[in-house]
Amino acid sequence: MADGARSGRSTDSTGASGPPGANGSPDAPDSIEYEGVGVGTAAVAGPVARMGRPLPEPADVPATGSVGDERAKAFAALAAVAADLRARGAAAGGATADVLEAQAMMAEDPELEDGVQARTDAGKTAARAIHETFAEFHATLAALGDYMAGRVADLDDIAARAIAVASGVPMPGLPRRTEPYVLLAADLAPADTALLDRRLVLALVTAEGGPTSHTAILARAMGIPAVVGAAGVLALADDTPVLVDAATGTVLARPSTEAMEAAVARSCAASAAAAATGPGRTSDGTEVKLLANIGGADDVPAALAAGAEGVGLFRTELLYLDSDQPPTFDAQVKVYKDVFDAFPEGARVVVRTLDAGADKPLPFVPLGEEPNPALGVRGLRAFRAFDGRNEAVLRTQLLAIREAAGTSAPEVWVMAPMVDEVTEAEWFCELAAACGLDVAGGRVGIMVETPASALTAGPILAGRTGFASIGTNDLTQYTMAADRMLGAVGALQDPWHPAVLKLVGVAGAAGRAADKPIGVCGEAAADPLLACVLVGLGVRSLSMAPSAIADVRAALASRTLRDCEARAARAWEAATARDARKAAAA
Amino acid sequence: MPERTVTVACKVGLHARPAAVFVKKAKELPVPVTVAKDGGRPVNAKSMLAVMSLDVRGGERVTLAAADGEGAAAAVDELAELLETDLDG
Repeated sequence: MADGARSGRSTDSTGASGPPGANGSPDAPDSIEYEGVGVGTAAVAGPVARMGRPLPEPADVPATGSVGDERAKAFAALAAVAADLRARGAAAGGATADVLEAQAMMAEDPELEDGVQARTDAGKTAARAIHETFAEFHATLAALGDYMAGRVADLDDIAARAIAVASGVPMPGLPRRTEPYVLLAADLAPADTALLDRRLVLALVTAEGGPTSHTAILARAMGIPAVVGAAGVLALADDTPVLVDAATGTVLARPSTEAMEAAVARSCAASAAAAATGPGRTSDGTEVKLLANIGGADDVPAALAAGAEGVGLFRTELLYLDSDQPPTFDAQVKVYKDVFDAFPEGARVVVRTLDAGADKPLPFVPLGEEPNPALGVRGLRAFRAFDGRNEAVLRTQLLAIREAAGTSAPEVWVMAPMVDEVTEAEWFCELAAACGLDVAGGRVGIMVETPASALTAGPILAGRTGFASIGTNDLTQYTMAADRMLGAVGALQDPWHPAVLKLVGVAGAAGRAADKPIGVCGEAAADPLLACVLVGLGVRSLSMAPSAIADVRAALASRTLRDCEARAARAWEAATARDARKAAAA
Repeated sequence: MPERTVTVACKVGLHARPAAVFVKKAKELPVPVTVAKDGGRPVNAKSMLAVMSLDVRGGERVTLAAADGEGAAAAVDELAELLETDLDG
């Protein structure tokens, strides 16, 4: 491993104006630049996280510390690993949280603690006691066959982490992160990078190696910008912000805003091209899920071909527009499962429950005559009105979604259409929970389609509602009091209208305050420039027709989050939809 | 000593996530509890690793037992009920 000497060229970043998000803050006098060999052309910024080296088997030597000290050190290491796993689980949420919780429970297992204590009592070091005790459980579980292979690997990983902590060195392997980061290492071996997650690793930086090193080859193959052979870079502590500029082969630690924006602007064209596939993110690494709107399994191939990271709006009512009878539980399980099974683990599929009424009447959800159906009993209202005579239809659907989701790989989220206020949202959460859906895990949410729900998104999200998805088509219709179906007022049906953007901004701020995700599904998400504005307003997932995904991905990849926020702020101040579009484009 | 034998409803058996749910519940109980398979050696129900090493598959029968003490019978009942529910997903 290279030593930590700072042999990199140190620069005084004069003229810097401060970190992102700050206003008139001081210069960044502690910027340090390291030089190496660049791979690729992109410039990206993010926090560094270093690769841990696996330790050799701890030697079986007598402990130098007291028995009590070694025991305390071993227990503290196990507790630290468990806490680390839980923290990562909490950050990731959903199924990942459950998996990591199970691993945390292995780290703090009482039988394991007994084994470790017996060994430290016998005079072994903390690291050796941990190693031997895990080896014993490894043998027991491995003897059960392939079925346990995954758990055995988990156990080995936990052991390696605990031994590292007990030995006072960083945990081995790729950093376990849930947010994008710049991977920092002395050098990378093929085995190290097998599990490398392209969605999380913004760039590779190594202290050793040259343009033909494994790291450089891998970076080229994966399209990840890299700077290799940047001597001294290992001196950087985890989470130090760096600007990695592959075009110039430099790594700038604690960059000034100017330096960052100049480099990112220079790499715009390159990164837009590089972003032709892969998950959505701004040029500075803010993740924005790019999802597809679908009406059934037939739409899935196009979504997958476009690189959709899942489904943001599964319009279930489209399956049943021609049915006289409500779809049965079994029939629904089958069609939902066909959709869910098409997506891999880690993908998200958001199912909207039946959106009946107005432009989409469902024969088996009788609603009665209304003079103004767009303002009448529709969406979730259809299942609450009339003393709940239609509620059974919704209940069956929720049970079918639960059943189909049970054995599927992707995360299945469920949302209700046309929700006005918290009482309706809570009613839906209650029903969803009764049907076995994961309300506590944040997978049950609502659509924000009315000014009322946008303006009260705060109280709604303070309740059990786990997320909100803004339906910009209806939100525009209700904000502008302009019927979507009526050509004569079509000019008013423009999601660029600042009134609509302000409502999106209110919902976005409520999402940030409650730490719950806000998405947009609707035509607005398919407009590349408007998509950037929506991200600037706090939206973190965009669901659209699959054909629009590539352009939106490229638009996001060419802009920083700050740039999106600045465009949003200008559009927000405009007077008309036309002005807002112009202001955002400027 | 309160004891109950139940059939595990969870299809994948007591592995990983379902085992975690079971062990978590067991840890909350005020008395020591053991679980055994087919009259085999009882293991600590509060140990994830011990429970996983039993290799319990869905549909198999396991015996829960608690040391005598306040809340012991209720503890066994609570865990039995949990095992008779499908914990997966």
